[in-house]
Amino acid sequence: MFYIGIDIGSTATKVSVLNEDNIIKNIALPTGWNSKETAKSVEEILKKEGFFEEAKIVATGYGRVSVPYAHKTVTEISCHARGVYHLTKKDFTVIDIGGQDTKVIELKNGQVASFLMNDKCAAGTGRFLELMANILGLTLEEMTDLARKGESVQISSMCTVFAESEVISLIGNGEKRENICSGVIDSVINRVYSMVQKTSSSGDFFLTGGLCENDYIVERLSKKLGKNVKTDKLARFAGSIGAALFAKNI
Amino acid sequence: MGDYRKLWESLQMDLEKHDALCAVLPELYGSVYLSQKDRAEAMNYFNFVISEVHGLRIEELNNHRQKGGKVVGTFCVYVPDEILNALGVIGVGLCGGSQFWIEDGEKVLPRNLCPLIKAFVGAKISATCPYFQSCDLLVGETTCDGKKKAYEILAEYAPTYVMELPQMKREKDIKDWEAEIKRFINEIENLTGNKLTYENLKNSIKLINKKRRALKRLYELRKNTPSPISGLDALLVSQIAFYDDIERFTENVEKLCDELEKKISILKANRKKRLMVTGTPMAIPNWKLHHIIENLDAQIVVEETCTGTRYFENEVSEDGETIDDLIRNIAERYMKINCACFTPNEGRVEDIIRLAEEYKVDGVVYYNLSFCQPYSVEYKRVEKALKDKNIPLILIETDYSTEDVGQIKTRIEAFLEMI
Ligand code: SF4
Ligand code: SF4
Repeated sequence: MFYIGIDIGSTATKVSVLNEDNIIKNIALPTGWNSKETAKSVEEILKKEGFFEEAKIVATGYGRVSVPYAHKTVTEISCHARGVYHLTKKDFTVIDIGGQDTKVIELKNGQVASFLMNDKCAAGTGRFLELMANILGLTLEEMTDLARKGESVQISSMCTVFAESEVISLIGNGEKRENICSGVIDSVINRVYSMVQKTSSSGDFFLTGGLCENDYIVERLSKKLGKNVKTDKLARFAGSIGAALFAKNI
Repeated sequence: MGDYRKLWESLQMDLEKHDALCAVLPELYGSVYLSQKDRAEAMNYFNFVISEVHGLRIEELNNHRQKGGKVVGTFCVYVPDEILNALGVIGVGLCGGSQFWIEDGEKVLPRNLCPLIKAFVGAKISATCPYFQSCDLLVGETTCDGKKKAYEILAEYAPTYVMELPQMKREKDIKDWEAEIKRFINEIENLTGNKLTYENLKNSIKLINKKRRALKRLYELRKNTPSPISGLDALLVSQIAFYDDIERFTENVEKLCDELEKKISILKANRKKRLMVTGTPMAIPNWKLHHIIENLDAQIVVEETCTGTRYFENEVSEDGETIDDLIRNIAERYMKINCACFTPNEGRVEDIIRLAEEYKVDGVVYYNLSFCQPYSVEYKRVEKALKDKNIPLILIETDYSTEDVGQIKTRIEAFLEMI
């Protein structure tokens, strides 16, 4: 029997396959325009790899309802929590900077004790970073690489729309690109920081989501929080691993 | 619905725009309400009231006015219905609960304002709400800053009277409120030409106590596990309480309770989580949060809101030798409503904890209309108190638009998985 977790996020889809004892496969692919299509591609991959026939499947993420063959859906909040606990065996405060939304999840005995999610607006999310990178004509990686060399200028607006015009006028004023990049990263970090402040967490932090592979983000976040932010090479897959673990309980 | 165009025209309504509003409501009601399973038969009365919300009831108001009666619109559960009714006035609650009116509201109000205020101002200035159009007087009150200032704008469109509501609850404030009610009596006497007497006031107090008691009975039934009525249906009953004929409404709530009482013994246990909603009012047709929650594995069993317990809890004492005694009783009863516009407002925190225990809730959803300051600031105190009691709590801040429905659903779902 295989236990499969499918995490359809707004930008990336992650799939984890577990057997009774181990994580045997992790796959990531872009979500694209249509999560139903993505679910179909995932189905094909799973069939080709021979996982599909004897499997229990749990879907999570914002596209979780678009997976007709899933046996169950669980929210990404519970899945990230479970995935992180599985990877670390520790009650971390999980920070997930996702494409559409950012979450802070507190764990207690491996369970979700409380969580926060940003409101409608995109500030503090991966989407914000992407938008800003776009305006600067850079990829996300290029932007963080440049930011490393820059001295942060302040971007005071929390609102994406206003921040956009702020960045444009900074460009117009001839501000160095690396400084603007640094300012953009800072603005996201500050936003995440203020979310963390709203929780009562005093514990250790663990970063999941697409940005966790970016050393520079981890470094800046650690500095701001005054604590080492941990992550893991599988942290991107925390949601899908968590979902696969929920599949075991079906 | 019958043909009411002539009536609407006589109320100077914007018919074209009103058609657009009328077009969305039945569909919304169908998908939110009529799709529910195992509803009580007695809910048919309330279905009917909704289907005639801009029709039959408006005709009743019109008939009343033809006979020389007055209609007065109110915006807060602090404005005493007892006085209005005793003086032969039909009072109607006018809070706006539809996104439809927001755009018009934003023509004269800042965007970052509570949607309830934007909606009721929008409803008036767009001339699309027949209740507003039927009112001889609007009665505001000094509660939150947004409302207080919005009445100045409303006054440009319709005769408006504002009651000064104290912001604290000391003995002095109760006395002030009593005096303010007397001023209000004066105003309504002048409006109607009727005189308040001991008899008509006492009868009115009795009548409205009965209505409150009926609602209380309905809520008591929801303490049962599982509750015999959905949160959506209970919310609808509360919302209709604000504008329906008092006696007919009371009678139909009692009928509903009779039916639910019988239903209880045959109800099968389910695994639905029991939730309380606390916070800002939900005016018709704001069913957004209830709809999201009850489509998940959960049931709302109590609302600590002004479209919930705050509307009916505490009766006006019927004891008193003189008209002044009765007025004092009214002042005392109303000053027991625990609204976040007051400081301090410890009573609300106590209510929430008490209700959580009485209704055996698994968790509490703090419902905050966007930009409502009093309730959003008060959140911290509620959060702390519930944490001490180990009662799970989630904050949902939202308006009437539908764009955040998916996100709210995820949050509530995760909350349900957590508790
Ligand atoms: S929440 Fe406060 S201001 Fe609003 S209706 Fe209730 S008592 Fe009045
Ligand atoms: S919900 Fe809040 S801001 Fe809106 S009218 Fe009521 S008290 Fe005022």
